[in-house]
Amino acid sequence: MNILVLLKQTFDTEERIRIENGKISEEDVKFIINPYDEYAVEEAIRIKEEHGGEVTVVSVGPMRTESALRTALAMGADRAILVHDESLSGIEYGDEHTLSKILARVARRTGFDLILAGYMSVDSGAAQVAPRVAEELDIPHISAITGLRIEGNAVVAEKDMEGNKAVIEASLPVLLTAQQGLNEPRFPTLPNIMRAKKKPLEIWTVADLELDFGSIQPKTAVAEQYLPPPKPAGRILEGSLDSQVRELAQLLKDLIS
Amino acid sequence: MGRQILVMAETREGGFRNVTFEALAVARRLAGDGKVSAVLIDNHADSALTEQLARYGADRVYVVKHPGLEHFSVDGYTQAFNQILRQLAPDGIIIPHTAVGKDLAPRIAARNGYGLVSDVVKVELAGDDVVFTRPIYAGKAFQKKKITAAPLVFTIRPNNFGPVEPDPNRTAEITEFPVSVSDIRTRIREIAQSATKGIDLTEAKIIVSGGRGVRSEQGFRVLYELAEVLGGAVGASRGACDAGYAPYPMQIGQTGKVVTPDLYIACGISGAIQHLAGMSNSRTIVAINTDPEAPIFKVADYGIVGDLFEVVPMLTEEFRKILG
Repeated sequence: MNILVLLKQTFDTEERIRIENGKISEEDVKFIINPYDEYAVEEAIRIKEEHGGEVTVVSVGPMRTESALRTALAMGADRAILVHDESLSGIEYGDEHTLSKILARVARRTGFDLILAGYMSVDSGAAQVAPRVAEELDIPHISAITGLRIEGNAVVAEKDMEGNKAVIEASLPVLLTAQQGLNEPRFPTLPNIMRAKKKPLEIWTVADLELDFGSIQPKTAVAEQYLPPPKPAGRILEGSLDSQVRELAQLLKDLIS
Repeated sequence: MGRQILVMAETREGGFRNVTFEALAVARRLAGDGKVSAVLIDNHADSALTEQLARYGADRVYVVKHPGLEHFSVDGYTQAFNQILRQLAPDGIIIPHTAVGKDLAPRIAARNGYGLVSDVVKVELAGDDVVFTRPIYAGKAFQKKKITAAPLVFTIRPNNFGPVEPDPNRTAEITEFPVSVSDIRTRIREIAQSATKGIDLTEAKIIVSGGRGVRSEQGFRVLYELAEVLGGAVGASRGACDAGYAPYPMQIGQTGKVVTPDLYIACGISGAIQHLAGMSNSRTIVAINTDPEAPIFKVADYGIVGDLFEVVPMLTEEFRKILG
């Protein structure tokens, strides 16, 4: 089975955000594989281990993304593709329209039976790119899955539907997005980290993809980024526990009725 | 100036999700002199439902019924919504940022080559310009976005706009819109109630949330009791979920759900940065923790330094008295 994993490198979730000159500062930031994409990588490797095949991880982004792709290779992916060139950094990698057009083109180039991705990225949080890629490729998608079985030529996925658990099936090819709880991603072992250095990591440009630059121009623009105003210090209640609880209940009275 | 705005109405268990009314309120503001149309895909839709959409701001309601749309499917809903969209060619499309909306909106956008701004918490009109505010990094920061080519397509986060006061005298033109639905490529094998019962976290007005300090699955019982008295939902921190005290659908944080309730009561949660990202935009935050140095107290409006197993039952009792 030919499995494609869409991956984004993001800030570690324990990072604070700093803004310098209107832009989010990347200085001294620890980068990780977007946690939801990490579940997708892990699931792809498990499917390969059980059913055979090849796992290709794909990303669009700056050169620092190489380290996230290397980590995915160390986890057990076979091949990595990073789409990067100056025209893309010039438009700051565009928006979800841009990214999905590029990723869909990569998918057509590499071929695929199954595409896995995170259900959203913890930075932008739009949850758009993966379903858009499915639409561009004219294949179905099942989002935010928490369980997966391959049955012959079909996938059987479990997902949480805001209170209910649904079991949904689809024939290949299909795109699935991973929700937390799908699996427990492995840590790459040292020998596998060494081995990953020799695995193929290709850098592709927009020109390599024969994409018309006009067709991937963003459809949205960021006007401003800012931090929320700091919250004024709250009040730690004092006195006996009894009186604290009574006071708190009074303070919240208007909110609860 | 008038805009034609199309709103995706979302039902849940026979009624509307509150975010539907919020979407109508935003639509009215954007529409100006233009018309607000609501799409209601529901085989069981009746006049009580359509009248409600009118009262909350719809001028037209397109009711869609089709045997292929008994259950939500990405393919079915995308096809149906797109057929209405093609006929109306609206200037704006508003879809709730819910499980359904997150599946539908990107497919609609990609199918038509539209820009899409997701998870919007604020919409500002400045002349002909429309500026959308949305959280990034789960609310650690925000961005303002514009859509550079019409139509204006966006999803709104529940609980951030507030509906307009319903007008009992408002009426709408109701049309049954015939759609063709074919080739649904996903099939639902089964739907079962799961662990997260009751109110949806992202729409809950009150959330009682537990962390590692709850110490066990059984420990969550006192939180459920408080939530029940308040008519709220129960959430958990990553620590509590990783430790197996609560299932992952309950997790609140940068991984997990981002919530903005009116009242957030954090019990035994220390306040890791990734958790704060998921809840610090709640309107009022209460922290209950034994450690006075816990970072959660820095974002809390009110704090009680104490053992949650003592404080929470007392608080439940006190609220029970107040609510009579």
